[in-house]
Amino acid sequence: MKIVVNGEDKNVKHGILLSVLIGELGISCARVAVERNRKIVPPEAYDTTTLHEGDQLEIVSFVGGG
Amino acid sequence: MEDKLIIAGIEFKSRLWIGTGKYKDFEETLRVVEASGADVVTVAVRRVNITDPNKENLLEYIDPKKYKILPNTAGCFTAEDAIRTARLARAAGISDMVKLEVIGDPKTLFPDNEALLEATRVLVKEGFIVLPYTNDDPIMARKLEDAGAAAVMPLGAPIGSGLGICNPYNIRIIIETISVPVVVDAGVGTASDAAIAMELGADAVLMNTGIAGAKDPVMMARAMNHAVQAGRLAFKAGRIPKKLYASASSPLEGLIQ
Repeated sequence: MKIVVNGEDKNVKHGILLSVLIGELGISCARVAVERNRKIVPPEAYDTTTLHEGDQLEIVSFVGGG
Repeated sequence: MEDKLIIAGIEFKSRLWIGTGKYKDFEETLRVVEASGADVVTVAVRRVNITDPNKENLLEYIDPKKYKILPNTAGCFTAEDAIRTARLARAAGISDMVKLEVIGDPKTLFPDNEALLEATRVLVKEGFIVLPYTNDDPIMARKLEDAGAAAVMPLGAPIGSGLGICNPYNIRIIIETISVPVVVDAGVGTASDAAIAMELGADAVLMNTGIAGAKDPVMMARAMNHAVQAGRLAFKAGRIPKKLYASASSPLEGLIQ
């Protein structure tokens, strides 16, 4: 199924868990935050959040800034 | 007597706060942070690079256990985007503080006051420690305080301009008008600018480009560290009033005839 991660189209397995996707992307869960369809997903819910066709994800972390 | 800065119950060791943008690498950022003596560093919230997720992370260099991380909402032009960014920053689990920026214009990067006030109200209600970046308007500062801002951060001059404290009288009025701490944010170009902000009675100064853009950022960080401390001491010591004419420092009696 198709989802959008940080503005990029991604093809992922149907019903993939958010935690699995994060792992497959090679992102460390520490100090990132995730928004799914404009709603924050708390870290404790990564393991129970099943993604759906067309989901829009934003995965952010901290960078240098003023 | 100890001279502590406390905002929303949090004790700050340093009155110099610095941004982490525009450095050539994270090593330089760390050396600057150490030289500055700052215990607060600002960071921005951005998308993780999913094509190269193994890129180094700033927080591997700047240890959140050692430094207070102050996420900003830089780059947000609406209250909605700023609120969204603040919520994401908090969800990353490092801080409930946010340096709230809602920018009104890309050329000046001046704040959009109306949207800033709206975003402040929303985030305060959600339990954030909101530190809004505002212009040097005493009325706006008062409104932000009334909306629950934990401190107010008026600009000295436009972000990255290095113009110094353009309206010291307004900064002073803000300091006299509101009771929450005042952190002068943006515009500092060199050490004397930081000292002036502190001599006016600011509780702290936040800067980024003034250090990052210097020829030797580490040396400038040390200069700013001294300037902020000197300015604070001068403020506490109480300067002499300005007078038009001289008043001799040496006794007038006992001069040779």
